[in-house]
Amino acid sequence: MAVCGYAQNTSLRGTIEIDGSSTVYPISEAAASGFNKSYSNVKVNVGVSGTGGGFKRFTKGETDISDASRPIKDSEFAACKEAGVSFYELPVAYDGLTLVLHKDNDWVDYLTIDEIKKIFTTQGNAKTWSEVRAGWPEREIKIFAPGTDSGTFDYFKEVVIGKSETSLRADMSTSEDDNVLVTGVSGSPSAIGFFGVAYYEENKDKLKSVAIVNPSTGAKVSPTATTIEDGSYAPFSRPLFIYVNAKSFQRAEVRQFVAYYLQNAPKMAQATGYVALPATIYREGMMRCRAQAKGAGTHYLTESMEKRGGAVTEVYKSENLVK
Amino acid sequence: MSEATPPDDRMELQEDPGQQDQRQQRRLRGSDGRMLLDQYFRVACIGIAGISVVILAFLLGSIIYQGVPSLSWTLLSGTPEPEPSEAGAWPAIAGTIWVCTICALITLPIGIGTAVLIEEFKPRNRLANRIFSAIQLNISNLAGVPSVVYGILGLTAFVSMFGLFGSLKGGESSLEIGAVYYDQFTNLASDPFLSMGAENARERYFLAPVASPSDPPTVATSGMEMFEYQGDQKVPVKISVFDPFGDLPSDPEELSLAIAADTIPGRISEKSWYYFSLPFGRGVLAGSLTLMLVILPVIIISSQEALRSVPSSLRDGARGLGATPWQVVWNITLPAAAPGILTGSILAMSRAIGETAPILIIAGIVYIRNAPQHLMDSYTVLPLQIYNWTSRPQEEFHAIAAAGIVVLLVILLSFNAIAVILRQRMQNKVR
Repeated sequence: MAVCGYAQNTSLRGTIEIDGSSTVYPISEAAASGFNKSYSNVKVNVGVSGTGGGFKRFTKGETDISDASRPIKDSEFAACKEAGVSFYELPVAYDGLTLVLHKDNDWVDYLTIDEIKKIFTTQGNAKTWSEVRAGWPEREIKIFAPGTDSGTFDYFKEVVIGKSETSLRADMSTSEDDNVLVTGVSGSPSAIGFFGVAYYEENKDKLKSVAIVNPSTGAKVSPTATTIEDGSYAPFSRPLFIYVNAKSFQRAEVRQFVAYYLQNAPKMAQATGYVALPATIYREGMMRCRAQAKGAGTHYLTESMEKRGGAVTEVYKSENLVK
Repeated sequence: MSEATPPDDRMELQEDPGQQDQRQQRRLRGSDGRMLLDQYFRVACIGIAGISVVILAFLLGSIIYQGVPSLSWTLLSGTPEPEPSEAGAWPAIAGTIWVCTICALITLPIGIGTAVLIEEFKPRNRLANRIFSAIQLNISNLAGVPSVVYGILGLTAFVSMFGLFGSLKGGESSLEIGAVYYDQFTNLASDPFLSMGAENARERYFLAPVASPSDPPTVATSGMEMFEYQGDQKVPVKISVFDPFGDLPSDPEELSLAIAADTIPGRISEKSWYYFSLPFGRGVLAGSLTLMLVILPVIIISSQEALRSVPSSLRDGARGLGATPWQVVWNITLPAAAPGILTGSILAMSRAIGETAPILIIAGIVYIRNAPQHLMDSYTVLPLQIYNWTSRPQEEFHAIAAAGIVVLLVILLSFNAIAVILRQRMQNKVR
């Protein structure tokens, strides 16, 4: 089979357009760079428009692959259907959404979901740490969060708020640039913020992560490769996806690229600060692609367009596939 | 006579000249403190100017300190890679050169032409006068519009062209010149999602030319002649069609020319250097035109200033000798105003090089490994590449970003140096 040989092939031609999440971008960039070493005449352009922005172009058929740090939404799925765009949904890595504190913050040892709600929602609206838990100092909480167009923000909102009436506070400092968040939190001892685990790994000397109480087991779990992979870092461990336009997938260069992506995803995920998914998930992904039209669709929406949640190993099964 | 001199006058004369000088100075300073105030003002001015120079020096120093160690040939000639030590900015540098060159080629004639119209061909009746002053007012106002607004304007006007020529869907535009379409077939061996005993054959791809992008997919038949890229050459080859689940040829060479019967080819296109399409899409041309909007008012205004500074005696003289308005403009006014026009234009161009916001809206942050090949090709520019690097978590990328800033600064400073040199040379010539 061809993919075993990584000898350079110059005869394959074509252009692949990718756009979407800034969280997935490093993995796609690594894939594009590695792929070009084997197929030097295929152009791979990777854009960064955020998950929502990427889907906007993907549903119009402007891009071949969309990077996403959350599953597709019902509205986006409907737009795809309307435009006649069908797609393969392929999880490529785990990300542990990490809550971070200033290095000198010595009072927060762990947080429960209820406490996180107190800090981040308009309903909780805690102004000082003493309002979050009795005994914590009466210091003002400064919040740094990713921008509202990012999948990270959406995912956090989904986990913390779910279907309840409240919403995330509007008085947070938000930025699309995660380095701004790192600088913000590391510059103020009473600050809290959140972003993907990759940024925490690179800034361990400036920040510290918060252990989260797993709502089902009650254990306090810190985000590490092990806890993210085995799912005990719940509910903030999340899968990252690429969505491949099924029509583009008929093109040889896209097929080769997606195959390269799936085969090298575990290695690339680790190199970029993320966590590899279980091998069975990548194999499932391969099967979706191989099944052609039968493998297209999403696993994260039910027939009635309700959101389906849970661990990726539970959700990413062929019986959950909705076209 | 000497007796008649008033006593106080004599006293003054008897005074020591140095003392007199002192008193005069005291009167100047002491009476209302004017000179003292002047001294303070001067110190304040030096201080304020000093602050900005110190800040600039500090910024430059810190960038050079951070950036120079990462400057390397790889940075200038390499492609952007996820590994910081291999990362380069060549596609971004090439993109900047493309965008700015095309921007200059479009903007300079329009800008200078407009300035000549307004300055040299004064309106002759009231209606024309109204129109001219409306244009003038518009240009002055447009110079102050934030560049991000031009970016949004460019997105509708150039990228999608108000949707007049169909959507950007799938890159299939309604009007194209210079594109050749092919159906790309894979041989049995090269499909990563099929493995059917074709492992020992090498991977090959064949191209079948398609007349029009809307044609149905080519159906491969045995003996059909297709092209294969060998190196950069297109070589004709004869392919054969087999049922992937039936008997396959055993000879590896023959097997490598085999295409599965149900293969659906992928449509790709090859674009020549003169490729052109409507709407423009997110390519180089749309970016250049958007930058044109940003710097056009600047160029018009500076050209107007330059034309205005040409003494009217020159024009009158030429006209007196019977020159037509065209001759006056071409032979007298433009050459005399050229140093000023050039300086203004080059400074405007250096603004275009550093401009990020409109390009960010038009092109977005894109990871691109190739320099643009044609006017509609996707691209990235140096400021965006720097922005991309600074938003990475790894510290090493921040150092590379600093090195990118040094490259950008060198380009900008050399542009400004060219402006200064040209100005001096041409001024000497005119004299």
